[in-house]
Amino acid sequence: MKLVTAVIQPHKLDEVKEALQGAGVHGLTVSEASGYGRQKGHTEVYRGAEYVVDLVPKIKVEVLVRAEDVAAITEVVIKAASTGQIGDGKVWSVPVEDVVRVRTGEHGPDAI
Amino acid sequence: MDEFVLDTGNTAWIIVASSLVLLMTPGLAFFYGGMVRGKSVLNMMMMSFGAMALIGPIWLLYGYSGAFGSDVGGIIGNPFEFFGSNTITDADSLMAGSGVPALVAIAFQATFAIITVALISGSVADRMKFSAWLAFAAIWVTIVYVPMAHMVWGGGLLGGDGITSGLSTPIDFAGGTVVHINAGVAGLVMAILLGKRKGFGKEPMRPHNLPFVMLGAALLWFGWFGFNAGSEFAADGTAGRAWVNTTVATCMAILGWLATEKVRDGKATSLGAASGAVAGLVAITPAAASVDTYGAIAIGTIAGILCAMAVSLKYKFGYDDSLDVVGVHLVGGLTGTVLIGFFANVSDTTNGTWYADGSVNGLFYGGGVTQLLTQIIVALAAVVFSGVVTFIIGSALKATMGIRVTDEVEASGDMAMHGETAYESLGVGRMEVKA
Repeated sequence: MKLVTAVIQPHKLDEVKEALQGAGVHGLTVSEASGYGRQKGHTEVYRGAEYVVDLVPKIKVEVLVRAEDVAAITEVVIKAASTGQIGDGKVWSVPVEDVVRVRTGEHGPDAI
Repeated sequence: MDEFVLDTGNTAWIIVASSLVLLMTPGLAFFYGGMVRGKSVLNMMMMSFGAMALIGPIWLLYGYSGAFGSDVGGIIGNPFEFFGSNTITDADSLMAGSGVPALVAIAFQATFAIITVALISGSVADRMKFSAWLAFAAIWVTIVYVPMAHMVWGGGLLGGDGITSGLSTPIDFAGGTVVHINAGVAGLVMAILLGKRKGFGKEPMRPHNLPFVMLGAALLWFGWFGFNAGSEFAADGTAGRAWVNTTVATCMAILGWLATEKVRDGKATSLGAASGAVAGLVAITPAAASVDTYGAIAIGTIAGILCAMAVSLKYKFGYDDSLDVVGVHLVGGLTGTVLIGFFANVSDTTNGTWYADGSVNGLFYGGGVTQLLTQIIVALAAVVFSGVVTFIIGSALKATMGIRVTDEVEASGDMAMHGETAYESLGVGRMEVKA
């Protein structure tokens, strides 16, 4: 099993979600995140006082998948999240040792 | 004393106007609350509510009498004359000439005292002990606001028979000196006595909720119609003049502030629109019924531009007037008070303007420099009086009970000051019922 994590542009969430549903993903976790990469921050001015804001708001999407599905799911996310601009985000995956469904106690791939 | 003749129309309007002005203080709580960081929004709003709670009873007990009772030395009214507000007769009403009963006049004036004190809280954000704020509010309203209101409106030294009697009668229709210069100077003095917030000029202190700021500005604008149009004490054409001047000056000040931002910072901001509205409302307050439409347009525009530039002064001079009580209320109040000297149009009764006995037209309306000099003298006198007495009060409190919270309390904010937090996302905890 793998955990696929994608950090994406906030306005791309709906497209990514729909694309994942279309690819047979039944569940995912979304959180609001902040960060920076190559996309630089920006300045905000409040009553003439300038603030440099270098953390940019992003959305983090996490999906648990079977190991054999990782490449396909990653491809689906990249396709849906891409605008071609700097700041589109990143997708990565890591191995997952075990998954348990809280309600039934099922382990492993069955719990995904 | 003339016999009192009730005017129900005027009375109904002043009761409504009083209620409108009272709404300004919770409006101010939102205006200021949105501008601080989320950790201390409740403390910010509590300073306004604290001012309401304290000054209501003070005003009924001795505040009104101290401001509008029989003159004592040109400085203050006799606070014992109408002590308790139970024995005052309608013939003694400040608004007897308009047929408005004494208690309605007391109500109207109470709301002015409350908002003036609450205005000061913007300069002391995040770092003043709440107990010290309440003590300050009670003492300040007693020995600064009450005398100032008496001197300007109660027949004292800053009225028609006062220090400018050799020139002309000062014009302060609704509180440029009494409310805005007064609160602005007091805010400056308290910001200096308290010292800067931890991290001022280094850490980000962005407004945490700009929609609150916009909501507050909208409530202030709405309430301000009671403030300015109500200051006519009657439901008539002059109240209408005050209403339209208040609006047109506010509109122009928004445009002036936004234009200044666009040129200086590159963007017109919502905080700028809200701030510009308040700057315009402040500046037109003393002039509301004493200038014509062109005068109101000029005063609003100039105030919007000047205040937008003045809010940067604190970084230059190194005082932490956190929410710009100086930049908006002192600068706006001075702007309106002094510009009356240029734009006063009190001789032409056809345009609905208010004629104060002994005041003359401004420089641009053929009256020469007389009214301008009068306005400058009164403005400076208000600055000196408020500055000196506020400094004495603030210093005395600092030396006795202390006015500043500890660094730990300041870092924590509402949690340490009031045992509450405004926004809880995680860990709502469990309930423990006290026996």
